Amino acid sequence: MAKAILRPVRNPAQGSRARGTRAGEGVTLSQLLQVLINGLAVGCIYGLIALGFVLVYKATEMVNFAQGDLMMLGAFMAVTLIGDVGLPWVLGLFLSVLALAVFGYLLDAFVLRRVLGEPQFAIVMLTIGLGFIFRAVAGLVWGYDPRSFPTPYTGESLRVGEVVVSYENFAILLGTLILCVVLFLFFRYTRLGIGMQATSQNQLAAYYVGIPVKRVFSLVWAISAGVAAVAGILLAPVSLVQPGMGFIGIKAFAAAVIGGFGSIPGALLGGWIIGIAEQVAGVYLPAGFQEMAAYGILILALILRPEGLFAQIQRKKV
Amino acid sequence: MSYLAVTDLSISFGGIRAVDDVSFEVEEGEVFAIIGPNGAGKTTLFNLVSGIYSPDAGSVRFAGRDITSLPAHRIAPLGLARTFQNIELFEHATVLQNLLIGRHVHRRSTAPSHLLFLPAVRREELEHRRRVEDVIDLLELAHYREQRIANLPYGVRKVVEVGRALCLEPKLLLLDEPTSGLNPEESEDMGFWIEDINRDLGVTVVMVAHDMGLVSRVAGRVLALNEGRVIAEGSPADVQKNPAVVDAYLGAD
Amino acid sequence: MRFLFKTHYNQDIDHLKHGGDRFWYGLLLVLAAAAPAALGTFYLGELNLVMIYAIAGVGLMLLVGYTGQVSLGHAAFLAIGAYTHSLLLGAGLPFLLSIVAAVLVSALVGAGVGWIALRMTGIYLAIATLAFAMLTEQTISRAEWLTGGFRGLAVPRASLFGMPLTQGWQHYYLTLTLLVVTLFAALNILRSSTGRAMVAIRDSEISAESVGINLAVYKTFAFALSAGITGLAGALFAHRLGYLSPDAFTFLISLQLLLMVVVGGVGSMRGVIYGALFIGFLPQLLAIARDTLPPRIAQAPGLEPGIFGLILVLVILFEPQGIFGRWLKIKSYFQLFPLYRRATHRRQKTYLRTERLR
Repeated sequence: MAKAILRPVRNPAQGSRARGTRAGEGVTLSQLLQVLINGLAVGCIYGLIALGFVLVYKATEMVNFAQGDLMMLGAFMAVTLIGDVGLPWVLGLFLSVLALAVFGYLLDAFVLRRVLGEPQFAIVMLTIGLGFIFRAVAGLVWGYDPRSFPTPYTGESLRVGEVVVSYENFAILLGTLILCVVLFLFFRYTRLGIGMQATSQNQLAAYYVGIPVKRVFSLVWAISAGVAAVAGILLAPVSLVQPGMGFIGIKAFAAAVIGGFGSIPGALLGGWIIGIAEQVAGVYLPAGFQEMAAYGILILALILRPEGLFAQIQRKKV
Repeated sequence: MSYLAVTDLSISFGGIRAVDDVSFEVEEGEVFAIIGPNGAGKTTLFNLVSGIYSPDAGSVRFAGRDITSLPAHRIAPLGLARTFQNIELFEHATVLQNLLIGRHVHRRSTAPSHLLFLPAVRREELEHRRRVEDVIDLLELAHYREQRIANLPYGVRKVVEVGRALCLEPKLLLLDEPTSGLNPEESEDMGFWIEDINRDLGVTVVMVAHDMGLVSRVAGRVLALNEGRVIAEGSPADVQKNPAVVDAYLGAD
Repeated sequence: MRFLFKTHYNQDIDHLKHGGDRFWYGLLLVLAAAAPAALGTFYLGELNLVMIYAIAGVGLMLLVGYTGQVSLGHAAFLAIGAYTHSLLLGAGLPFLLSIVAAVLVSALVGAGVGWIALRMTGIYLAIATLAFAMLTEQTISRAEWLTGGFRGLAVPRASLFGMPLTQGWQHYYLTLTLLVVTLFAALNILRSSTGRAMVAIRDSEISAESVGINLAVYKTFAFALSAGITGLAGALFAHRLGYLSPDAFTFLISLQLLLMVVVGGVGSMRGVIYGALFIGFLPQLLAIARDTLPPRIAQAPGLEPGIFGLILVLVILFEPQGIFGRWLKIKSYFQLFPLYRRATHRRQKTYLRTERLR
């Protein structure tokens, strides 16, 4: 299972530099910049998955351990619609995100609503179970052979001095930025978005002022699944699409926890911290540390600030 | 020196002084009531005394010992037990188990001997059972002994919580709103039990209460709080007549 | 319906409360002891595995079901027990000593994890234990000088009092004995003040504190105890595997252990046994089912985890108290017939039992 965990983005040029470093060449600025940019790109993916966790958690107090697998489903949708069916690029992306959003809505309406109010443990187990089901179904439908996801921009890159930014990474950064702006505007200015914010602060009060709380929950799930699909589509070109790719969800958890599990900018920041730490560990530390970086940071963060960096959970009143 | 001495106690939450420079003393063997409108800081005061919060300033002395900075689990063994306003029982355990948990501070054996359940452990368990049974008799809980808390009506839970506190064999008992949510008959019973606990078991009682009838009946002295500050102290009759207390409850114009 | 007229408090304290209990559990023990005579090597081996799962399940149940601390990383303790035992056995330590050492090392690591986890609750604890398991897995696969990494580590043959354990039935009796001992110890803990303190922490930390329970001590102890017992299972599991490698102790194993606890019924020791039987024999059932399924589905490598996930989801949705809960319902249906009402066992939902202020 461990082997299925995605290895973060790493291009050949960077790999050779990494070996150079260990031979004692010293750290150059452009190399560090390169590592940071790569880390930022991976971090965006973690951040987007973490964003999905946080959206659902803030609204419904459920922790969705299947978020990474929703991302995987989104990636497969895109591969199918664009690669196999041959839809135009933009249409394919739009339909994939839409399909996942609908899936998220139905998932809440038919499954998760039933366990609302059950102990946290039950919900954790339920979503873990769902994740395993998604993975098995994806395996049955699409098979277990890793598939690549070609894009119009695959293989091209932007070169600034010695720093190389591949278009795929550039797309990740840009896509994340656009998505965040859209979400910000949505929560800030639309009626529905404000209703969601209200619901997440006080469900009962929201219910009393006429917000359809149940539907809002389902819509939050829809948005969260849609965000997961975007993450999957952005990740697909730089990774391989296969049923186990959702396992990076565990690292995204680290991002969400570091970000405080309640704030959207926190989730992104957490993702960047994890992404950059991983890349730095991969280049400057012995083998193995890259895989451990996320978990190490997570445990360290929980020891230092058990409530997360931007704490939202407080002690129960008596 | 008085039994429980609270001196200049203060705590703030987010800029609001929930308890502001509160001092009072409780003598051994008395029933002392704390009254005040909602949000006066009564429960916060209890949380400070029982070690759940630690104060920003001031001190708490109990039986000649400074307990200000002790955590809750070190205060209980000194003989201080409490109940909670909204009932904090062990929901998925039976009444009997709840009461036995109340005897935690009287355990003598250690975890390794529990693994083997040595004869000494069994003797100790039997002893705990006998003591718990005394409390069950006192509070007339025999009928509910084997039931889970989750299946009990509210009034019974309130009594079980007092029972759990008694199992600790406390010297000082803090009761947070012992009659809130009870019907008149249950409130009446609770009043009698508080008197019994005070007189027959010799336990000093400090209680937070809304019910002035109960306070006048069982309490010797009353402390009135408003917005975290002491506004009156004295006999129930005097405090009830105090203009500051009347203002606090009815609103001053 | 059985009415018990109690005449002594000992009747509440005893494990076997009445003659019926004594008879049925006695019979079960006799059957278990006679099994090697009746069963072939294969099924004896499977039963052995079930009992190993059950030991691990007892450990996890103490933590999850009785102390209320979720662990998504118990496979790590299984791994620590297995590796410690194999390495020490390889270094020439006698079998029993090596098992004891494995238990102690696991318990020590468990205490460390518990101590670190003290201030965490709920999901943070779950995630931290998951991260701990991931780190353990990585450490094992990287520390090749010690564990052989992915190349693996051969488990030395066990021998007890100079007698080599080569036969299936020998391992079976060894596991059976240890299972009975473990269950007995766990039930002893639960009927003493230590166990009650654990239950108190599960149900309300704040009032546990106010009756004098030191949360730090008891939570750490619960972790250590749980990890130690799981480590014992790990040591036995090592002999079952014969060859240790990090991918024998993945998240899927942690999940299986939790599945056992959930399917059996959270908060009951009998549930552990039901759960162990269930996950122990599920692969057999799947193997049989595979013959009837279309090959495309039957040969899919993800089928087994998928089925595990499906069962988990169905149990949580429809029978949250697991097999043990279902058994209680069936029992009270007949006892109360025709007065049984569905609501008798309905669980209370706690909406927004929130610890969150914003």
